[in-house]
Amino acid sequence: MKKFLAILHARNMEFLRDRSALVWNLAMPFLLVIGLAFTFSGGNKEIYKVGVVGGIETLARVAPALQSTQHIKFVAYDELQTAIGKVEHHQLDMLVEVRDAPGWHGGDAVLPNPPPASEKLMAGHPGEGTKERSHLGTLGTNASLRDKQLKYWVNSSSPNGYLLERIMWGTEGHQFQRQQVEGKEIRYVDWFLPGILGMNMMFSCLFGVGFVIVRYRKNGFLKRLKATPLGAIHFLFAQLISRLMLIMLVTVIVYVGSNLFIEFNMQGSYWDLLLVTTLGAMCMISIGLLIAARTASEEFAGGILNMLTWPMMLLSGAWFSLEGTHAWVQNLAQIFPLTHMISATRAIMNEGATLAQVMPHVWVLALMSVFFLALGALIFKWE
Amino acid sequence: MPNNSSISMSPIISARQLVKHYPGVIAVDGVDLSIPQGICFGLLGPNGAGKTTTIEILEGIHLPTSGTVLYKGELLGSRYREEVGIQFQHTALQEFLTVRETLVLFERLYHRTIPIPELIELCSLADILNRDTRKLSGGQRQRLLLALALINDPDLIFLDEPTTGLDPQARRNFWDLVKLVKSRNKTIVLTTHYMEEAYALCDEIAIMDKGRIVSQGTPAQLLSQHFGDVIVQIPREDSGSKLHELGLGVVDAGDMLEIRTNRLHQTLQQLMENGVNLDRLRIRAWTLEDLFINVTGKTLKS
Repeated sequence: MKKFLAILHARNMEFLRDRSALVWNLAMPFLLVIGLAFTFSGGNKEIYKVGVVGGIETLARVAPALQSTQHIKFVAYDELQTAIGKVEHHQLDMLVEVRDAPGWHGGDAVLPNPPPASEKLMAGHPGEGTKERSHLGTLGTNASLRDKQLKYWVNSSSPNGYLLERIMWGTEGHQFQRQQVEGKEIRYVDWFLPGILGMNMMFSCLFGVGFVIVRYRKNGFLKRLKATPLGAIHFLFAQLISRLMLIMLVTVIVYVGSNLFIEFNMQGSYWDLLLVTTLGAMCMISIGLLIAARTASEEFAGGILNMLTWPMMLLSGAWFSLEGTHAWVQNLAQIFPLTHMISATRAIMNEGATLAQVMPHVWVLALMSVFFLALGALIFKWE
Repeated sequence: MPNNSSISMSPIISARQLVKHYPGVIAVDGVDLSIPQGICFGLLGPNGAGKTTTIEILEGIHLPTSGTVLYKGELLGSRYREEVGIQFQHTALQEFLTVRETLVLFERLYHRTIPIPELIELCSLADILNRDTRKLSGGQRQRLLLALALINDPDLIFLDEPTTGLDPQARRNFWDLVKLVKSRNKTIVLTTHYMEEAYALCDEIAIMDKGRIVSQGTPAQLLSQHFGDVIVQIPREDSGSKLHELGLGVVDAGDMLEIRTNRLHQTLQQLMENGVNLDRLRIRAWTLEDLFINVTGKTLKS
């Protein structure tokens, strides 16, 4: 324990006294959060986003005019509840559910008159009515379609939802049963905050640990340590814990500091958030240790680290959602720990997910951490 | 000069038939060594002779391809790490730490340690304790590295070219430090490029070439084994024209002419009789540098 603490303390001192690196570690994510928050603070998206449960092709048959409307992006969902949750948080402007039913013929529907604008505005008022409420009396004559097959959901406080509803009623809206949900908007800054923090943790953990150990090996410091009774496992754990402590400290500072300017959405438990981010950081550090376990070339290590970080940055959902991408892309993204960390933190922060709900991500991160750390320790060489 | 009063003849470390192969290279080719406790043992050799590889096998840093190393009669194990001190030729330290913090860091890696104040006194580190290790001069850095090698109060200390790159004054200061350490009955294994350093510090030396030990013994033994004579040096302009005709085996050595002889009195008599001016004559004993060239065919720095 004495040896472990000695190495831990020395590494912490090295990090904290390297002012340029420390300032960069703090400033970069902070500036990104603040910069992106201002950049996207208007929230005026040019494209409306409509979720579709039941298949976009089905929607094209049922409501061809709606489906072919320009500037609307249709995103397919398998699970209705997931998609409804996104409408609640304004991540979708509207959700439509389309189900084929035996004997249905879209052409038979009779177009009704749209509801008066004042009625719909009242219906869309925040805090009014139940969470999910049918809007009746304005629909067409085909009862089976109205009640069971075609529905749409809008958030009562979403301006985009209101506008989409107006567009919809200009096309095949009469065929759909209106459902209303309520929920606070998740701003873009709330959505990308976990991504920014996650990316900063990824870079700091992978490069901060990987490069440092390669540098130690290259300049002979590891060889000097090898000449002492210090065991490799003590050394590796000290590196892991040091980076973990420092990255968590930096992340908390960035979060709290940014929160002073932008009040972030936090629906879930801070303890759950801490657990998930700690596991995510541990997993990244373990990967850094594994990469540095034998490498003596900073150039080679840099290449490997870039090869890992770029796909993670693009495919983990840090910058943009993978919803609507090919299934294989979404499956590929599951191999990256950053995907699991960001998904879990977003769920906790924005949707109020409990630990039990994000447990699959927690397990993946924990198992990956153990696997990479064990492998790194197994193949580690001082020289 | 060597002090043999505290030398024990039982080896503290010994090696049998050490061989180390690298792809396409035999770095160490059957080295046998036995180093008694309490001596300063010098391992000399030209670049590429295999001395660093040999010493790193003895240090336990590298494993030999074949052969064994015994420390106090046992194979190298965890006890060895606790009882050996090493100063590598090239070593980096943890950055952004002061000298004091670096000493504390290494102190915590061992069970048995010398009290840090004693170490500071021994290695004259008091003036630089709060200095960042990256800002030390060459001599200060070597003193710190020696302190780190001594921090566990080792019985056996390896010093791999510890004075390379130091100015003459810093080098001599370091020698004094090594002598002080040696006076504490420590065993020192030293590699060096400087023959005067080996002569000043070492009780016993081994000369390596092409992965093998080609000569081993005390400096005096080796010199007497290889050279039974002395060198008479006469400035070229004092020698007159007859010197080459006297059959004394005169050799050109720059501005001087040299005569090797094991019968000094007769040689000087012969020179005087033949009118050679002896006013600026010098008689030089053979040095380790001469020995080195003699046994390896190379200069030490080649």
